[in-house]
Amino acid sequence: MIGVEGRFAGSLGGFRLDAEFHLEPTGITALSGASGSGKTTLLRCIAGLTRLPGKLTVGGEVWQDEQVFLPPHRRPVGVVFQEASLFSHLSVRGNLEYGARRAKTVDLDETIELLGLAPLLARSTGALSGGERQRVALGRALVTRPRLLLMDEPLSSLDAGAKAEILPYLERLHRTLAIPLLYISHDAGEIARLADRVLLMAAGKVAPGEAARRGELASLTPAERDALALAALRAGLTP
Amino acid sequence: MAEVVWTTLKLAGLTTVLLLIAATPIAWWLSRRRAWWKEIVAAITTLPIILPPSVLGFYLLICIAPQSPLMGLLHPFGIRTLAFTFTGLVIGSMVYSLPFAVQPLRNAFEAMGPRPMEVAATLRASPLDAFFTVALPLARRGFLTAAILVFAHTIGEFGVVLMIGGGIPGKTEVISVRIYQQVEALQYGEAHKLAAGVVAFSFAALLAMLLIDRGAERGAP
Repeated sequence: MIGVEGRFAGSLGGFRLDAEFHLEPTGITALSGASGSGKTTLLRCIAGLTRLPGKLTVGGEVWQDEQVFLPPHRRPVGVVFQEASLFSHLSVRGNLEYGARRAKTVDLDETIELLGLAPLLARSTGALSGGERQRVALGRALVTRPRLLLMDEPLSSLDAGAKAEILPYLERLHRTLAIPLLYISHDAGEIARLADRVLLMAAGKVAPGEAARRGELASLTPAERDALALAALRAGLTP
Repeated sequence: MAEVVWTTLKLAGLTTVLLLIAATPIAWWLSRRRAWWKEIVAAITTLPIILPPSVLGFYLLICIAPQSPLMGLLHPFGIRTLAFTFTGLVIGSMVYSLPFAVQPLRNAFEAMGPRPMEVAATLRASPLDAFFTVALPLARRGFLTAAILVFAHTIGEFGVVLMIGGGIPGKTEVISVRIYQQVEALQYGEAHKLAAGVVAFSFAALLAMLLIDRGAERGAP
């Protein structure tokens, strides 16, 4: 099977995740749902940062099953967290090179060009605006040439101006990216602009009948989307 | 006088370097574990702060004396005892100053949180690689604080070094012991020179540390 196939089921503290999902080989899939529904936990499981029993294959390659568990540093995955989490002891260039060196990427120019990072390279990470920090974090993830990109509400800590500044870069990324991107977001506007598909989560489950086309769900308010996810879940539970 | 100053600086320098290396894994382990019983280990490493130096010196002396089981392990290497030797003094100083190395390092590792190590992992760095290239550089302020504290504290120690070192000139006699002997011999003039030097040095060390902390609060690199 091409694309990403995953299923995780297990408990973490008091929370139970039981999520099955599929991602197409390319395009942006938004992952939406109320806070506490398990979106971040699912993303961490995919990256290998949290370990729950389950299966995960990416482009036909097994990252996790009953026998296999690739640790995060052996998974060709890019992760952009809610806070940019740049390494403060390295410059912008140092941050980009950190992953590139380990993934043996020689050429950074394409990513630098795509995200307009050239003027920032020599700066220290403390001298960047919020939007610039997230662009560097995105670039740092991209230069490792991941086969799957995960973003956990990358714009939620930014003000409106910074969001407006970074969204065009994400749209450019969308046009050029040949890998699946899973994008956690609450924001209907972001989802409408970026997502090809939307997955809904509620109470640790991914709602079936997921592959809603862009626009259908985007026009709904977050509350309506959650209600829809719950309804879909209930329908799935009572055949 | 130059000899006793050299012995003291050599002891403090060696203790600082070796203790920072030894305390780093302990502090890292303490900062990453969530289990409550890790605090038992933390309490043991902190014990030297509140134990009377004579108690610590007494047990250390027993451990490094010729009849101890610990020294028995070293007999095949031709080492019969470490009591009243410079090596014994270094070991004793490391135990005595252990909390002053572990605590600042643990704080620095805890302040950094789990995120930088997670980010490093998603950038293909193995845990050991990430430890050296991310955790250690981010904790550099903690290392600086620990180094200053351990160095100054070793210069300031008296009871332990007297008990396990014996104050042999040129070998195990350090400044604090020399001052004590000078005062006993009523050589106040000589004692003043060394004592004033220790006060000036200790003040400078503390001031440096407070300035480092101040820089940390401002978030300067």
